[in-house]
Formats: sequence, C-alpha cells, structure tokens
Amino acid sequence: MKVETDRTVLTGKHFLSGDYACAEGAIAAGCRFFAGYPITPATEIAERMARRLPEVGGIYIQMEDELASIAAVIGASYAGVKAMTATSGPGFSLMQENIGLAVMTETPLVVVDIMRGGPSTGQPTKPGQQDMMQAKWGSHGDYEVIALAPSSVQEMFDLTIECFNLSERFRVPAFLMADETVAHMWERVIIPEQDQIEIVNRKKPAAPPADYLPFKPDESLVPPMACFGEGYRVHVTGLTHDERGYPQTDSPEIQEQLVRRLCDKIRRNADKIIKVKEFMLEDAEVAVIAYGTPARAAVSAVKKAREGGIKAGLLRLITIWPFPEKHVEEIANRVKGIVVPELNYGQIVREVERAAKTTPVHFIPKFGEALHTPMEILDGIRRMK
Amino acid sequence: MPVRLWREPLDREKIKKPKAEIHIIRDNCKGCGFCIEFCPKNVLEKSNELNKRGVHFPVAAHPEECVLCNFCSAVCPEFAIFVIEKVEVNNNEGGNG
Amino acid sequence: MSEAESLVMHPLAKYLRLDRFPPIWCAGCGCGIIMNCFVRAIDELDLDIDKMVVVSGIGCMGRIAGYLNMDSFHTTHGRPIAVAAGIKLANPELQVAVISGDGDLFAIGGNHFIHAARRNLDMLVICSNNFNYGMTGGQVGPTTPLEAFTTTTPYGNIEHPFNLVHLAAASGAVYVARWTALHVRRLTQSIKKALQKKGFKFIEVISPCPTLYGRYNKMGDPIQIMKWYKEVSEIRHGIDPTEAEISSSRIVVGEFVDIEKPTYDELVRKLILDVQRRLREGSQNES
Repeated sequence: MKVETDRTVLTGKHFLSGDYACAEGAIAAGCRFFAGYPITPATEIAERMARRLPEVGGIYIQMEDELASIAAVIGASYAGVKAMTATSGPGFSLMQENIGLAVMTETPLVVVDIMRGGPSTGQPTKPGQQDMMQAKWGSHGDYEVIALAPSSVQEMFDLTIECFNLSERFRVPAFLMADETVAHMWERVIIPEQDQIEIVNRKKPAAPPADYLPFKPDESLVPPMACFGEGYRVHVTGLTHDERGYPQTDSPEIQEQLVRRLCDKIRRNADKIIKVKEFMLEDAEVAVIAYGTPARAAVSAVKKAREGGIKAGLLRLITIWPFPEKHVEEIANRVKGIVVPELNYGQIVREVERAAKTTPVHFIPKFGEALHTPMEILDGIRRMK
Repeated sequence: MPVRLWREPLDREKIKKPKAEIHIIRDNCKGCGFCIEFCPKNVLEKSNELNKRGVHFPVAAHPEECVLCNFCSAVCPEFAIFVIEKVEVNNNEGGNG
Repeated sequence: MSEAESLVMHPLAKYLRLDRFPPIWCAGCGCGIIMNCFVRAIDELDLDIDKMVVVSGIGCMGRIAGYLNMDSFHTTHGRPIAVAAGIKLANPELQVAVISGDGDLFAIGGNHFIHAARRNLDMLVICSNNFNYGMTGGQVGPTTPLEAFTTTTPYGNIEHPFNLVHLAAASGAVYVARWTALHVRRLTQSIKKALQKKGFKFIEVISPCPTLYGRYNKMGDPIQIMKWYKEVSEIRHGIDPTEAEISSSRIVVGEFVDIEKPTYDELVRKLILDVQRRLREGSQNES
C-alpha cells in the first residue's frame, strides 16, 4: 500500500509499557489497520497505533463505538489487510455480536482485551481477569476461538505476534487477554531483528476463480482465503452457508457440517495452538495453575514453598482457549492438590476443576484491584500439601 | 398516432424504426404487473396462461409498437423481461438494444 | 420469443448469481428494482466488477448481497457501513457500495451512518425505504410515517419519522438524492453519478412493500402503490433538504446535495505520506 520505511520493527532494547509493546508487536506482525475506540486501560494501544501506523503506511481510524470498530476490522481483514482492535470489558461486550460474525465468516483478526474490574463500568483503572469466559462464550452460538494471556511486557509484544499468526493460520479471531497490570506496567522489551520474527499469513487459494469454493476446507479444516478485489467474487454472510458461501438456512446437514468444522478446526488442532510454561513441575506434589499477573506472584510463592520443603511447581497457561485440558489432566494425575489464583470470582478455575477431575483444587479469588501476594498463594500451597 | 410535421426531415426515409425482440422469462415472473402497466406503448398484456409460480406472466401483444424504451426491462424486479433490438439485414444502424 | 427463455440471455446476467434466481423478494417489492437499477448503472459505466464490493445488512434489501456476482458481504444488523469503511480504507482501489434497508441503516445502524457521512468516507449508500421492518413481518421503523399502522403500532404510529435526505445532508454527505422505485431511469442516473463521485453519497429509494406496510395501510396492490408514487412525487432538484418532505400527498424527489469535499480516504493517505516524508527528512513526529 505505501512506501515502507524502516520503522516496521524497532529492533533493540526498549523500556515500554505493556500497551505500547502490544502495539509494537502488532506492527511487527504486519498489522496495517487499526480501528478502535478509547477505553481505559487500552487507550494507549490506540494512541500508539495512531502515531505508528502512518509511519509504516497503515491506517488508523477511531470509530464511533466498539461495534463499528470490530465491524471495520472485519471489513479490512476481508480486504486483505491484517487488522486489530483493542478494548476492555465494556467494549468487549459490545463487540460480541460481530465476533460471532468474524467466527462465522472465518475472518482472521486480533482483539486485545485489557481486562479491568467489572462487571459493567466497574473499576476502569484496576486489573481483573473477569472476561476470560466471555472470550470463549461471549457471542451466541457454538464456536471456538483462540485466546492468549501474557504475563509480562515482553509477552505483550511476543504474544500479539502469536495472536496474529494463529488467527491467520486458522482464520479465526484471536484474543490477547491481558489484565490491566500487565498492560500498564513498564518493563524491558527486546525487539528482535525483523527476519527473526516468524510471520504467518493466510493461505491463498491455488485454484482459479471458476474452481474456487470459498468455504471448502483443506485437510487442516481451514479454507484458503480469497479477499475482496482479487477477482474471486466471494459472497460472505453471517447466515449458515454452504461451501460456495451461499445462505442455506433450511438444511440441518449444512448447519451441522458448518458448525462442526468451525469448532473442530480449533479443537482438532489444539496441540498446534496450545502453549504453557512449566516451572519446577517435574517432581511437584502441589501445582499452582495460573495465568497473567497472578502467575508472577505464583513464581515467588513456588520458590518460597520449595525453600520451606514443599515440592511445589507452577503451570503457567499462555493459551487459555482452547483450554490446555491435557496438560492439566496430566499434572492432576501426579500431584496431591492444585492451587488456582485468579483475579476473578471463579472462571478458568472451573476449567481446571473439570480437567483435574478428582484432584482437589483450591481457588484463591481476588476481585480485581488488589493483586495476589506471594504469601497468599503460598498459604494456598501449604493447604494443599 | 403519426406525427404531423411542418417540414419533413431530409433523411426521413432513411431512418427505420428499430424492431424489438421482447424476451420474457415466464417462470421467473412473479406477476407484479409493472411492465404491463407502465409500458408507454401498451405493448404488453397479461397472458391467459399461468407460469410455474401460478401467476399470469406478460406476453407481447403488440410487439410492433415497441420502441425499445426498455422501461419494462428496468422496472422488472425479477429480471424477467428484457428487450433487444432485432438486427435485420439491409438496415442502417440505429443504436443498440 | 422462444419458449423456454433463460436468464442467461439477459444483458445484465453477468452481474447476477443466476444459480440463486429468482430472488426471495415478494411480487412487486422494490428490492428487485433497486438491484436492477444498480447493475444497470454499473453496466452503463462499464466498471470493473472485480473491484466492486457490495456490503449489505440484515433485512429484505440486505439479501441483495447474495444475488450479485461480485465480492459481497452480508453483515450483522446495522453494521454494513462500518464494515464497508474497513474494506475501503484497507484497499482504496475497491469501490464500495452499501445497499440496505431503512431500519438497518437508520435505527440500529444510525450511528454508523452519521459518522461515516461526517467523515466523508468514500462509499455509496443506497437505502431502500419501505417505511417498516419488512423481513420480520412489518414492524414500525425510523421512517414509518406518523399514524401509520404496523404490527407494533396497531393503533397507529405515534413517532415522527426521519427525513433521511435532511439527515444525510446535515451529516455531511456530498451527494444526496431521493427517488421512488418507479423512477427507474433517474435512479439509474443518480447511481451512475454517485459512483463517479468521491466521498459519502446517499440515495434514498422509496420502495413498495405490498405484502406488509402496503397491506397494513391499505395501499393496494403493487401497481396501485407505484401509481400513487407517480401521482404524489414532485421533482424538486436542489431545494433545501429540510423541505424534502414525505407526506400522504407528496413525495419530494430529486437531487438535493451535490458538493465536493475532501474525503477521509484522501486525507488519511496524505497524512501517511506527510508522516513518512518527515521521517525520511529526519525530523521526528513531535508529541
């Protein structure tokens, strides 16, 4: 679209906030369209994109609300450009209908949700992890999405790129679910050389327009994507559709086929998507399972526990959706107890309980605002010993 | 009604009225009647037959009156009627249909 | 005339998805006429179909996206303008038209309409105004006349309708026109004119809904509704948009706004080039 300057990847060591690192990650990943709306604590992402996108030939537009933002992002993605929006809980709620549209039309895009205290307007400047279930179940209908949870500013950079890659690969919305603490903290970020950053682009059709079926998948269950203006004349609709993209609102077979595939393309490829980090888990008897900011306190707690003679370990979830059931199940089989600290009143802990089956799970809620201290998690570990 | 002219254009004999070929896709017609009603030359009439949809589609009752204004074609919501110029030999060019 | 005529022979067939014909619209519905005028305009302008994108919303008119043989997006209710904004900004070579109904564009989608017009985003918006929500059975909408009957105003509508021409003009559209479904030639000309302009263009088409609004308000069969249009329309090019009224005895049609104004698309591209030039010249973007 434009003359690319050398401002695409700001290789080097930086001291950035999580929001700024996220914006840099997006640009490094090839995002050239951002449509957003100001909302604490994600506003800084929009501000950074407004400043940086023109430098790399991208378009920033502040839309009139979050519904317009996600709609414009869907349009831009179908016009062939990697696109993103950033918001928080209230905006995320507004976007849900069109997230469903993005799932149904298999539009690659990234939504960053910087979670704050809720419900409703809540505590705009305080952290929370209260949108985790909403990321998976927020829109109506059966569907699967990809959601990643960063724990550090470096991960805000790295996982944004990962979100873009996964969304392009699987033609599904990918969510970066960060709590306000990670978004607003300032840490060191190392941005690598451009050629060291792996970029995945959507697969393009090999067939000519006459033979191309826009929603016919290949073996990976993901159809190659023709974009507007490439001569393929695709019809895209939110109605249940067949492989040609034509609405088929009367056929139970087509409905089943379509919904199954939209879900299976994530479920069956879960192994290729899921990422976790294990810390001292090899011989652990008590496992802490955490994500986002609480995982940082959990590291201290685990170390302290070990010093006190308890064999504790941490499973840090990087991918939240699809949920790493197999990892949790495997650990549950060999530990005496699991501790789950969350900045909410019980969301991902339910998934952990489901996968852990009979292994006892101790939940430590925080309702946002105050963060878990290592001592609080250590108490939990001691309880599970 | 023939036009009464004060003077005759010099090339009056050369100009031939274009002949129309009226195409009606009878089974696509839903019977709204717009083409029949609004044809300025009353070329079309409701047929006596019914099409697959059970409506009376139009028929060109007076095709020789058609002046290829194409109003029927433009106002049809179903693309079920269109008019093109019948190309004849030894005719001078009179525009396209 | 041959016996089994087929749509393949129609001069405009190449713009249509023939395998999906005939469309689901009722007999006498204005949606098909709007589609007809739209493809006719594109044909007369000989535009590159591979660069045309039609975006529609939910509603009877919104189904048009599925019948046109072009890149098309049938979005969620009220959002076609926002999706179109993203499409056009991401790929400026594309020509984007939003074709949808009065409820989709002006009730749930009202906010997107006024902001896209305000920004002067480059797109053509065609509104099929049939004075009710047709797809769901004929409920009251933002353009339903006062005292009219719909399924949700069984005692008569107590709301004032929008004057869409006025709304569009006030929001900043650079081309505003209104025609009825009977004015096929003038509508086609308007569409042609709009497609050749840059900026936010709006065309309102008063469209018959014989099955619902027309029936509930005793407007007669489709022909009677069209005859009524003929009787009460008045062409008043260039009058003040506030005076472009629709009443039981008068429908003011014509072209009301035709101006030039920098578009968002031009301005954003200029901005990008400026920023990059400044970068190249070494001076940083000051905060």
